[in-house]
Amino acid sequence: MKIEILGTGCSKCKALEEATKQAVSQSSQFAQIEKVEDIMKIMEYGVMSTPALVIDGKVVSTGKVLSVHEIAELIKANRV
Amino acid sequence: MWQESVNVLVYERLKMPQGEKLSDALNFFIYDTVKILFLLTTIIFAVTLLRSYFSTEKVREYLSRRNEYTGNVLAALFGIITPFCSCSAIPLFLGFLQARIPLGVTFSYLISAPLNNEIAIAMLLSMFGWKVAALYIGFGLLVAIIGGIVIGHLGLEKEILIEVKPIDGELSVDEQKIAFNTRLKDAYDYTLDILRKIWLYVLIGVCAGAFIHGYVPTELITSIAGGDNPFAVPLATLLGVPMYSNAAGVMPLIEVLTSKGMLMGTALSFMMAITALSLPEAMILKRIMSLKLITIFFGTVTLGIIGVGYLFNIIL
Repeated sequence: MKIEILGTGCSKCKALEEATKQAVSQSSQFAQIEKVEDIMKIMEYGVMSTPALVIDGKVVSTGKVLSVHEIAELIKANRV
Repeated sequence: MWQESVNVLVYERLKMPQGEKLSDALNFFIYDTVKILFLLTTIIFAVTLLRSYFSTEKVREYLSRRNEYTGNVLAALFGIITPFCSCSAIPLFLGFLQARIPLGVTFSYLISAPLNNEIAIAMLLSMFGWKVAALYIGFGLLVAIIGGIVIGHLGLEKEILIEVKPIDGELSVDEQKIAFNTRLKDAYDYTLDILRKIWLYVLIGVCAGAFIHGYVPTELITSIAGGDNPFAVPLATLLGVPMYSNAAGVMPLIEVLTSKGMLMGTALSFMMAITALSLPEAMILKRIMSLKLITIFFGTVTLGIIGVGYLFNIIL
């Protein structure tokens, strides 16, 4: 599983990255976490409110700092 | 009713003499802090909950199918109901252009969204009532619409430093299904988050307001910000531009200043300048647009706000 955090580097984006790391470490899922700060890459996902969370190329949340629990739920729901 | 309770507390329980400067200032401080914080919490919660039903992605899809002038009006209107944070200014700006939305329409949105932020609306409603809040929103829309149209007609597309590739084909919006309970919880979390950020500014603002309320003579304020000073409006606007993050703290001050003779148009200009234009936003936008475009953007909006101030002072 590949999880990407889209954000231009504001404090909210960092908060989402931290929460994602925690959620992954608590789950039994192996996941690669990547922070995407390049604006052109963010635009390719059609996201306009950051921070956004992308799981395996699919945008699952935009404009919001998710809680660890919410991210864990999303990981579960998108598990292959 | 709340004022009476505070009167009882200050004048009877604390046995402070009525009519003295210190007790009046204290009375005002208690009354104002509790009133503002209570109303802020309620209004921000309601606005946030309402906004969870509108996403910028949906707005973009809708705007991309409109022509220029309708687009300007609609973009300004959407600026009221969609959430905006200056850290999303860039993706939003580029995202609009990607969808072939004209530059002027994009700017109408970019002017309106921060102007009509939830903190400003909540503060205005709680301190000045719905009439002033409505006037602020109405004139704010006017500035956003006209500002956007002006910028759109200057042919500034080449001033954007990043090449924007238009999206091929139709835009599609994947609806994220969110339960009502989740929306309520999100709005609650968000409201707490905002309160945590601004409560201190509100307190400092009310403190300063209470001081002016009790100690600064009305004549002094009337002579600076009243009808006799023709430069009050531009001065207030220029002072307001660098004060973005402190909107919550400045509004209680303005409430007191208007009650002491500052003209309402001057006050409106001041508030609009605080919310609409911010230096951090300029720094962020610098990464994607030329200094010339930013200057024109800020200049147009500043002029618009000054115009609104004068217009309002003349009407009232």
